[in-house]
Amino acid sequence: MTLGTSPTAVEKYSAAFIQHSAQSVDSPVWLDTLRKRAWSTFSEFGIPVKRRGNELWKYTNLRPLSDKDFEHGVTGSVTHNQIKALGPWDDTWDTVVVVDGIFSADLSNLHGITGLNAGSLGEAITSGSVNVEQQLASLAGREDYTFTALNTAFLDDGAYVAIAANTELAAPVHVVFVTSDSSTSKAIYPRLLVDAGANTSSVIIETHLNLADSSQLSVPVVEVFAADGSTVQHYRIQMENERSFHLGTTRVNQFADATFTSTSFAVGAQIARNDIHTLLDAPGANCTLRGLYMTNGQQQQDQEISTTHAKPHCTSDQFYKGILSGKSHAVFSGKVVVERDAQKSAATQKDLNLLLSRGAEINAKPSLEIYADDVTAAHGATAGHVDRDTLFYLQSRGVDEEAAKAILIRGFAEEILNDFKPAALYEFVERVTDERIPVLLAESDSLGTA
Amino acid sequence: MLEIKNLHASVVDIDDSEILRGIDLTVNKGEVHAIMGPNGSGKSTLVNVLMGRFDYEVTAGDILVNNESILALRPDQRAHLGMFLAFQYPAEIPGVRPWQFLKAALDSKAEANGEEKMSVRTFSKLFDEKVEAVGINPNLVKRSLNEGFSGGEKKRNEMLQLEVLKPTLAVLDETDSGLDVDALRIVAEGVNSMRSPERSFIVVTHYQRLLNYITPDVVHILVNGKIVKAGGAELALEVEKNGYKSYLAAAGANA
Repeated sequence: MTLGTSPTAVEKYSAAFIQHSAQSVDSPVWLDTLRKRAWSTFSEFGIPVKRRGNELWKYTNLRPLSDKDFEHGVTGSVTHNQIKALGPWDDTWDTVVVVDGIFSADLSNLHGITGLNAGSLGEAITSGSVNVEQQLASLAGREDYTFTALNTAFLDDGAYVAIAANTELAAPVHVVFVTSDSSTSKAIYPRLLVDAGANTSSVIIETHLNLADSSQLSVPVVEVFAADGSTVQHYRIQMENERSFHLGTTRVNQFADATFTSTSFAVGAQIARNDIHTLLDAPGANCTLRGLYMTNGQQQQDQEISTTHAKPHCTSDQFYKGILSGKSHAVFSGKVVVERDAQKSAATQKDLNLLLSRGAEINAKPSLEIYADDVTAAHGATAGHVDRDTLFYLQSRGVDEEAAKAILIRGFAEEILNDFKPAALYEFVERVTDERIPVLLAESDSLGTA
Repeated sequence: MLEIKNLHASVVDIDDSEILRGIDLTVNKGEVHAIMGPNGSGKSTLVNVLMGRFDYEVTAGDILVNNESILALRPDQRAHLGMFLAFQYPAEIPGVRPWQFLKAALDSKAEANGEEKMSVRTFSKLFDEKVEAVGINPNLVKRSLNEGFSGGEKKRNEMLQLEVLKPTLAVLDETDSGLDVDALRIVAEGVNSMRSPERSFIVVTHYQRLLNYITPDVVHILVNGKIVKAGGAELALEVEKNGYKSYLAAAGANA
């Protein structure tokens, strides 16, 4: 390794890793091995600040992250009311609360439903479950991805959701990852493992909240195993403060006839990445990945969305919408790979953006890599401004320009907001959107109209 | 009600783009005026300028509503005065339901005029009544505004808005284009039922067809940015028979 290409910022995490390892002597050997392997991956790549020639980080400047120091192993107190004030909540949901990466029994709200095992990932690990040992980090460890490695290097707790075969859950399971309030900057590593058994039906809501005003780092990793004939409806709510960093990874493995649907609502953080990959690993699997991102100020939002069709007769659909204002920047990098044996695949990909200011920037990069010959696929991306004809139409009926723009922005978002089916969740995303629109409009300029 | 005095207008930021070249027109309370003219005569520009569209600039003359100039008013402020423009091609607005939009329009009008906002219940009742009266499929108005509507459905939706907003001066821009006879009749019925001594209409049209159903008090012929002739309803029939050729020749424009 030559000077100048040495991995960036590894030293900022190495003392914490050594200390964490020393404290985790009771961990099973397999976990210890996982962590060490992950640390070696992270120390090889570090925080990726080199952008030239690096497709994954070409449009994203991680210098603000690599320059910062984060404390490890510190945690603050969190109350029920703080969580309810900031995020979605419904008493009928089975709620697993994870504070600074550590499961909180006190804050969780579990109803003891038959067929559902929801709670601490740490307990699931120490229980000696074979499934946990086989599944954990098997999806998010398969690759040399620096942030999944960083999370895994510090892995010892988080949330675990296992749904026994043939169980149809009536209410959603809500996993809340909350960063506690503190003046110091912390690094936290939220982790979720979902094991959806055969012929199950479930709704999983994953929420990321930040109670602090200061800069925090969250590096979440979610792994989902959707067994034969299972249906998993996943929602992801990301709303950290605008000084924080969020580098999230979701890895999904779908077996025969499994249906995985995920809708993301990403509005927070200074730099946020939502990296999701679904592997359609058996015939009949289908996935729908959708999301809405809204940015203003200096925010950066990356959607790194990919699907691999490994087997025949699978379908995938990616559809994302962005609303950008101020000097914010968003990236949509959508990728669908159809492998040689994956005949009769169908894939669609779409990213639509509404730019409200001249300073806002979108890099949309939809791509299809198709190695099979019997495939239907379509992709596209657009970036536009508020349409003048439409604006005039609304104004001519008596609605002023600001209100008309707000109606148009809301209308643009509605298509994705409608995905959020649980009533309390819809109300939440609707409220956050309605509160956000005036902020976006305040940073828009006349060039946001065309 | 409406006085247009020596109105000249151009496209904003484009030199030598004068389209309206001195229009004079007075519409009294309760009257229905038809403005007819060939393509490119300035019909669309006139209605857009009346409603205050930002792409046009008034270079001379004035527009008075109830004896006050409206030139400095924004489109929404003109709407609050009781003006309404039914569009030739109403915009499609995804994610916005007609109900929600009309309520917002009524609310802002009430707010601007210092009136009390209509309650949701009263509005719902009014909305449902008008949906039935205009003959719009009730399932349609639950969808996004104008999205996926046929040409006829869009025009009916414009009539629905006309009936709910109850303007005092309604301008219909080629509302008849692309309509079959049944839809045409619905538009005409909408206008006729709304005719009152307190409400004026300007019906802009290329063809005489719509005027079989709406009998105007005055017909104006607009050619090359000027009104070249005005007369009674019979003028529309004459145009239908002889076309615009003689007017174009007189105006020195290309036929």
